[in-house]
Amino acid sequence: MPSPSDRRYTKEHEWLRLEDSTGTVGITDYAQDQLGDIVYVKLPPVGTAVRQMEPFGEIESVKAVSDLYSPVSGEVVEVNAELEERPELVNLDPYGQGWLIRVRLSDPAELERLLTAEEYDAYVAQEMQA
Amino acid sequence: MSEPPLLHTPLYGEHVRLGARLVPFAGWEMPLQYRGIIEEHHAVRRAVGMFDVSHMGRFEVRGPEAAHGLRYICTYAVHRLAPGQGHYSFLCNQAGGILDDIYVFRLAQERFLVVANAANAARVRQWLEAHLPRGAELVDRHRSTAMLAVQGPRAVATCARALAPALGSLPRRGCLETAWGEGVLFASRTGYTGEDGLELVVAAEGGPALWRRLLEAAVTPCGLGARDTLRLEAALPLYGQDIDEGVDPFQLGLAFAVSLDDGADFIGRQALLRVREEGPRRLLACLKASGRGIMRAGYPIYREGEEVGRVTSGGYSPTLGVSIGMGFLPPPLAQVGTALTVGVRGQLLPVQVVPRPFYRPPRPAQREEAASAQP
Repeated sequence: MPSPSDRRYTKEHEWLRLEDSTGTVGITDYAQDQLGDIVYVKLPPVGTAVRQMEPFGEIESVKAVSDLYSPVSGEVVEVNAELEERPELVNLDPYGQGWLIRVRLSDPAELERLLTAEEYDAYVAQEMQA
Repeated sequence: MSEPPLLHTPLYGEHVRLGARLVPFAGWEMPLQYRGIIEEHHAVRRAVGMFDVSHMGRFEVRGPEAAHGLRYICTYAVHRLAPGQGHYSFLCNQAGGILDDIYVFRLAQERFLVVANAANAARVRQWLEAHLPRGAELVDRHRSTAMLAVQGPRAVATCARALAPALGSLPRRGCLETAWGEGVLFASRTGYTGEDGLELVVAAEGGPALWRRLLEAAVTPCGLGARDTLRLEAALPLYGQDIDEGVDPFQLGLAFAVSLDDGADFIGRQALLRVREEGPRRLLACLKASGRGIMRAGYPIYREGEEVGRVTSGGYSPTLGVSIGMGFLPPPLAQVGTALTVGVRGQLLPVQVVPRPFYRPPRPAQREEAASAQP
């Protein structure tokens, strides 16, 4: 299944969907599938400054723990509190209810460094062959 | 140097057909999961699941000296098993360090089956070859057979119905051989999940038919991921993680698999007598987290800021909904109730030493109540 074309992607398998100057961040369907059952998501408090491609949190599946990388720099303006009780939402609906944080972008030009859906899908296809 | 190619069990084709996620494990390409680890975990806790465990070593030891030959190698008095009985045991070196933890079944007066860890199969074979006397013949059944573990509260009834009625009346740790299909089916009432269940061995060619028969009987296929979460909840140690040659059976708290008083000598006996007398210098403790965050193997365990041990197995418990783990601690700290912390990627996770195991299956009556209380 092709990734949704209304957002941009990182090579670390996060997505960013922009609404005005705020971006919603999550992980891709491929990422949640690779991680398997997600049991804990550690997110930063509102107000935290994040930087493009630096870790902002952690995601733990039954098998392993992984860092979460911010697709853009800015300030966290909202976190998905529902994941505290229902981390499995990231597995069930990675592009919707399983979103992680919302970030107010400090440098919209950074978007240029992110992958389009088409580029991301090609990247994943390559990674799966490796 | 390039890695040797991964080995495939006789059930490999079944795993591929079911779309399992395959991973390398101890030189074998094995299913990690089919649908998901948590779903498979609950299938075993609540109903019945099955695992391909054909990667585990299987050795038949037979002949007039089989019983006494094995006794000299095993920490447990396996020569005293009656035909149809099995027991957990260790293979130790002279220093009492564990070479492998195994299951030994007495099939007949002069025939035993030894089941070893996959990662240690070659070493166990060498150890047996080196130490078995004349009159005890070793037959390696590793590649000529398939092995399945069928586990869960419904495992025994399902197998009795789907395979052979005799499987319904096996006592705990008991074993039998019965005709099935074109050949012989070995079954034992044992497992590695903390649930009731059976372990089955058939000729390699019969493996896929056995697997499919159980699939038809609504048994959930489960991978190594669930096998690991299940055994951790049952506080069953895993060789390579919780056990290595630097560990003795008393440190694991598994003295029930060491027979020091039957008068028979075995490799490591002198060293183990000493450990029993002096007491183990450290003990494997069960740790349960009270906060969020997940302890994993290798993470440090602290007492008032001082590192006192390392997590040897850790993860998320699907049944308890929190992180659990095991690690070696100095005996005074291994007491139930001790409050400690585990360093989880730079943060301190509060944990407590809790009784072993983390999970015990409810008695049948309680289970029915629990089932009927569900909406």
